Amino acid sequence: MVNYVLRRLLYMVVTLFFISIIGFFIINLVPGSALDARINQLRAQGGEVSYQEIESLKARYGLNDPIPVKYWKWVSGVVHGDFGESFTYQEPVGSLIWSRIGFSVLLSSFALIFTWVVAIPVGVYSATHRYTVPDYVITLIQFIGVAVPDFLMALILLVVASKFFHTGVGGLFSQQYQNAPWSWARVGNLLSHMWIPVIVIAASATAWTTRVMRANLLDVLNQQYVQTARAKGLREAVVIWKHAVRNALHPLIMTLGSLLPSLISGEVIVSIVLNLPTTGPLYISSLINKDMYLAITFLMALSILLVVGNLLADLLLAWVDPRIRYE
Amino acid sequence: MATTQVLLEKAGTVQDRISDIGRLSQWTLMRRRFMENRLSVAGGLVLIVFYLVAIFAPFVTPYSVDALDSNSQYAAPTALHFINGHISICGVTQTLNKANFTWVYTTDCNKAYPLQFFAPGYSYHLFGIIPMNIHLFEVPKGQKFFLWGADSQGRDVFSRTIMGSRISLSIGLVGVTLSVILGSVLGTASGYFGGAIDNVIQRFIELLMSMPTLPLWAAFAAALPQDMSVVKRYFFITLILSLIGWTGLARQVRAKILAYRTLDYTMASRLAGASSWRIILTHMLPNALSHIVVVATLAVPFSILGETSLSFLGIGMLPPAVSWGVLLRDAQQLSVVESHLWLMIPALCVILAVTCFQLLGDGFRDAADPYS
Repeated sequence: MVNYVLRRLLYMVVTLFFISIIGFFIINLVPGSALDARINQLRAQGGEVSYQEIESLKARYGLNDPIPVKYWKWVSGVVHGDFGESFTYQEPVGSLIWSRIGFSVLLSSFALIFTWVVAIPVGVYSATHRYTVPDYVITLIQFIGVAVPDFLMALILLVVASKFFHTGVGGLFSQQYQNAPWSWARVGNLLSHMWIPVIVIAASATAWTTRVMRANLLDVLNQQYVQTARAKGLREAVVIWKHAVRNALHPLIMTLGSLLPSLISGEVIVSIVLNLPTTGPLYISSLINKDMYLAITFLMALSILLVVGNLLADLLLAWVDPRIRYE
Repeated sequence: MATTQVLLEKAGTVQDRISDIGRLSQWTLMRRRFMENRLSVAGGLVLIVFYLVAIFAPFVTPYSVDALDSNSQYAAPTALHFINGHISICGVTQTLNKANFTWVYTTDCNKAYPLQFFAPGYSYHLFGIIPMNIHLFEVPKGQKFFLWGADSQGRDVFSRTIMGSRISLSIGLVGVTLSVILGSVLGTASGYFGGAIDNVIQRFIELLMSMPTLPLWAAFAAALPQDMSVVKRYFFITLILSLIGWTGLARQVRAKILAYRTLDYTMASRLAGASSWRIILTHMLPNALSHIVVVATLAVPFSILGETSLSFLGIGMLPPAVSWGVLLRDAQQLSVVESHLWLMIPALCVILAVTCFQLLGDGFRDAADPYS
């Protein structure tokens, strides 16, 4: 097992290395970056200070170097904790990203928890009450849930909330807590704002997972050991929850690999609509402004979130399912 | 008594179906299985209507997409009335409320204007070649008819949504076609040849799958220059969507090819001296075709959503191009949507199209395996 974990960790590092190459290449595809804009601005100011700053920027980021050299300069900085500078905010990238990445992780994790907490019981109910009216209703809701794109759901919710309930749902904090230091009241305020984005992000994933759970359980219920359990005279609830559901959960953990990307993508776009202080809005604006070091750092952060999530899913699966071998 | 009758009939059809296997061709069995799924058939029919409307879009739309009208900013949808046996609109007079300087619209149904069907309007080229100016419906000159309201610059939301469907609906199909070609070729190579090729392709797929989709799309799309022509941009956005979308399909094709590789008929044709090309093209791919169609159909909605999301974020299609995502950008501000709900109509089109594709894909999936 230890061996397996170590090998997976090594594999993860290699994956991230290649992702960083691809990402860096994509983001450097177009000429005319925010760095050029910054240098032009400094040149226009003129004077000795500006001149020195231009020279230091050129040396730090290798303005005229080919992309591989630029990449090398960037990576050697990252290893030392220097992610480069955001040229539109004129601040180090490191100081801009951490709180945003934190909120992204928080939102995605809560969305995942919400997905499972809702999808598993609903899926079980749907499977055990197959072809009844509630099952049909659940199936219909599932179809709609998958079809409505995240950002539309967020938009619709915004409109409904303000038109019919006369409340705003944007942001993660009320005005008075916006820049307040952390306290229990602020945490409470955060939680009271967070449930709406969490539901929006998790909606399509929940719908999809419910379908998977229903299909899994129906498969398991046909197996002989379930019949054995019933023949032993166990109560139906015990048969379902202790024997059947446990085995129907394994494929669910396996689908985490495709669930996580959709949650992370959802988080990015929903945050833009709902104006949340997470990676989404800043990532897209950094792409549009060609603020390349900010953009690549966010892209890497989101990829790390995904890769680490997948690793945890694999380890979880290996832990709950002893039939899996770690070759 | 009645229930027994029904049960017997049901049992009868199942019995028939089993005995039909081997008697009827596979395609007949598939078609029959597909037709049994009413929801999928309905989804398919709605999609046919969608695509017909997209093809004949200029004919269906009463106004051209960029017909500005500074007098009808945010005009509400025009009500249709049934007057004197004609579908008509009522005359509207615009007056300025001098107290708060907003336009007040009063309708007067005594002055009704019947819709004119197949009437001349703005000129266009049908299919891009045949010059025409006949439209499905028009209103008399001087009157304005906004079936789905107007946007901030007085442009007809109905016309724009219909014209927008051309980009939004076609980008899904074209993108998925490219994905299918890429996915089939690489999936087949991976499954058939195995070894180092398989290893390289699979690792590459894993790498692509380790990057979150939307942020990766966004990074690519943002790399496109802003001043690109609409056609070029369309081409590149399609390319971006398909370059990332082929991975799932390649995996499915690979799994199928791996399974076929060990079957007797493959061995038989190899022993008969068939080349790899022949085995792949005449024996393996036709077998995998139904599965490829299923995966492709289920992938189309994600392509449509991809384009819509990117355009909504302002890095996909850009004005003057019109697509559903571009139109929804107008609906980004809460204050605007709240008082002009009709700006959300393109969203309904997206949801409807995506739902129908899912239903259709579900039906195809059941039909692809008619022996179960």
